[in-house]
Amino acid sequence: MSSMIEASTVKPAATQLDWSLWLRQIRAILRIEVKKNFWGKRALLLYLFAAIPVVLMFLLAIVDPNGSADIRNKWPNAQEAFGNIYEGLILRTMVFFGCAWIFMNLFRGEVVDKSLHYYFLCSLRREVLVAGKYFSGLLASVVLFTLTTAGSLFFLYYARGYPANVDYLFDGPGMGQVLTYLGITILACLGYGAVFLVIGLFFRNPIIPALLVYGWEWLNFLLPPVLKKISIIHYLHTLSPIPLNEGPLATVVEATSPWISVPSLIVFTALVLFLASIRIRGVSHPSNH
Amino acid sequence: MHSNIEHRTSQIIFGDVSKFYGEILGVNRVSLAIAPGITSLVGPNGSGKTTLMNLMTGLIQPTRGRISILGISPDNPQELFSKVGYCGQFDSFPKGMTGYEFVKSFLRVHGYSNKVADEKTWRAIERVDLIEAAHRKVAGYSKGMRQRIRLAQSIAHDPVVMILDEPLNGLDPMARAETIRLFRQLAKEGLHLIVSSHILHEVNVMSDRVVLINNGYILAEGGVTGVREEMEEHPMQIMIRCDLPQDLAARIFASDSVVEAQLHRDKQGLFIRTRNAEAFYLLLNRIVVESGMNIEAVAPVDDDLNAVYQYLIGSNGGGQA
Ligand SMILES: Nc1ncnc2c1ncn2[C@@H]1O[C@H](COP(=O)(O)OP(=O)(O)OP(=O)(O)O)[C@@H](O)[C@H]1O
Ligand SMILES: [Mg+2]
Repeated sequence: MSSMIEASTVKPAATQLDWSLWLRQIRAILRIEVKKNFWGKRALLLYLFAAIPVVLMFLLAIVDPNGSADIRNKWPNAQEAFGNIYEGLILRTMVFFGCAWIFMNLFRGEVVDKSLHYYFLCSLRREVLVAGKYFSGLLASVVLFTLTTAGSLFFLYYARGYPANVDYLFDGPGMGQVLTYLGITILACLGYGAVFLVIGLFFRNPIIPALLVYGWEWLNFLLPPVLKKISIIHYLHTLSPIPLNEGPLATVVEATSPWISVPSLIVFTALVLFLASIRIRGVSHPSNH
Repeated sequence: MHSNIEHRTSQIIFGDVSKFYGEILGVNRVSLAIAPGITSLVGPNGSGKTTLMNLMTGLIQPTRGRISILGISPDNPQELFSKVGYCGQFDSFPKGMTGYEFVKSFLRVHGYSNKVADEKTWRAIERVDLIEAAHRKVAGYSKGMRQRIRLAQSIAHDPVVMILDEPLNGLDPMARAETIRLFRQLAKEGLHLIVSSHILHEVNVMSDRVVLINNGYILAEGGVTGVREEMEEHPMQIMIRCDLPQDLAARIFASDSVVEAQLHRDKQGLFIRTRNAEAFYLLLNRIVVESGMNIEAVAPVDDDLNAVYQYLIGSNGGGQA
């Protein structure tokens, strides 16, 4: 039929390095994944989970008048307290487990649903599939957790009281700190996302490896300097806008400069994703048996 | 030399391919060269049809041997699936999509623009006759509709090789006839169609070529008539337990559907060999009605071959249809 011949002439060319094709394909994957994973009822639990720190800051700032007064009167202390809440609760718990949930399910969820092969049957490089899946997880986690971070910060500044808060934000170091916190959150999603995507691909039961990573990241402060650098939290920690004390047991290691931390995290992420795209060639068709 | 290369790029070639799932045999020592047209892959459950199709599409890797689809290796999905469409056996879908979204989403993953994807989606949906249901959720479709929307999804990007794993499963006679007509149309457009089925009878009518597979081995391959002939060289053996085997043997030999009959040692049964089991069963029915003899059991003996033979003769195989 003549329409067949016409059709094959509009077909996208599968040349060696076709970035515009790959970007189009990544967008197509994003569209499918975001709609499927982050739009429906299934995602509600995740949103509630991510709201916990915001609710906590809200309670501290508004419901507990002492808390609010404390923040107002002892601003440096309050900032350090927030730094600890940020690192302990938001980074190490919310972002960590949120990314675990989001990224480990990107492939596993489809293996369970037996729908992954629809991607495998497209004219699509496996690396592009990994990238598309990863970006969809990244988009969801970055939106979610920067909102968590911003919401928590909002209540901190709200409790500080007007006009001191506005002065601190716009005439003082406030804005820089806020942006740094947001940046750390984004980097955390980037790094943890890659780690959990790979864990979800390599392990049939990813819970145990995920908990091992969790233990490693929590005990990071005890580790000797060399091992310390093999972690994500180390780099995030050194980026903190408020210097945080890791406690008396912590090993001392000279702070890594942001000029090293940020590129390190990005290179690490790229490496892990590269590993994932090698691995995915070996992922076979979800079996019927 | 030149024509040889041309051959390679117009055929699907299996070169001594084996696939083991650990210890379990999937397919063994398969060598095939498949030309354009409709090729049916026929065999009973677990014979290795899906394994062959998954090998062709790179969803699994062969333990041994080489596969080439029009000169493309299945390890290269980007190139392979610009030419190949695979409609798998499993009734599973990504969550929450309508039929239209399902087809279109993956066209966009292929890299088509919104507009082209939209056009191709409607064309494919029209081909499987699902226009009315296009904007309903796939989860609410009937089994036959789900089968058809998967078919639409696999042909939407205009592949030249279509691999279809039991595509007629779950279709009512109308949809079945429509689908077969669509396959014929696609074959006429010059496509390769590889269609699997349990039942030779079902695909017989449309196939240019049949490949019979059982227990992971290719039993026979060729044009539909060629396969029938080949099977006739291996007559099927059937055992009949009855009270008057000698009488039965005499009556049977009056017809020409049996090539050999042999009395069982205990004189309570008869082995026969036939090239036409369908005719033989009809004959047996008639004898029973006419003579009133007591038949206790009728059972094929030659298991391996028999399983396939059942498909050759169609519906006598015991409710496979
Ligand atoms: N993932 C797997 N792991 C282990 N064994 C498998 C796997 N997939 C298939 N097999 C085995 O390989 C053999 C061939 O299976 P296959 O699914 O290819 O058969 P089939 O002809 O498609 O059967 P059906 O008609 O039931 O679809 C069977 O013995 C089956 O048990
Ligand atoms: Mg099968």
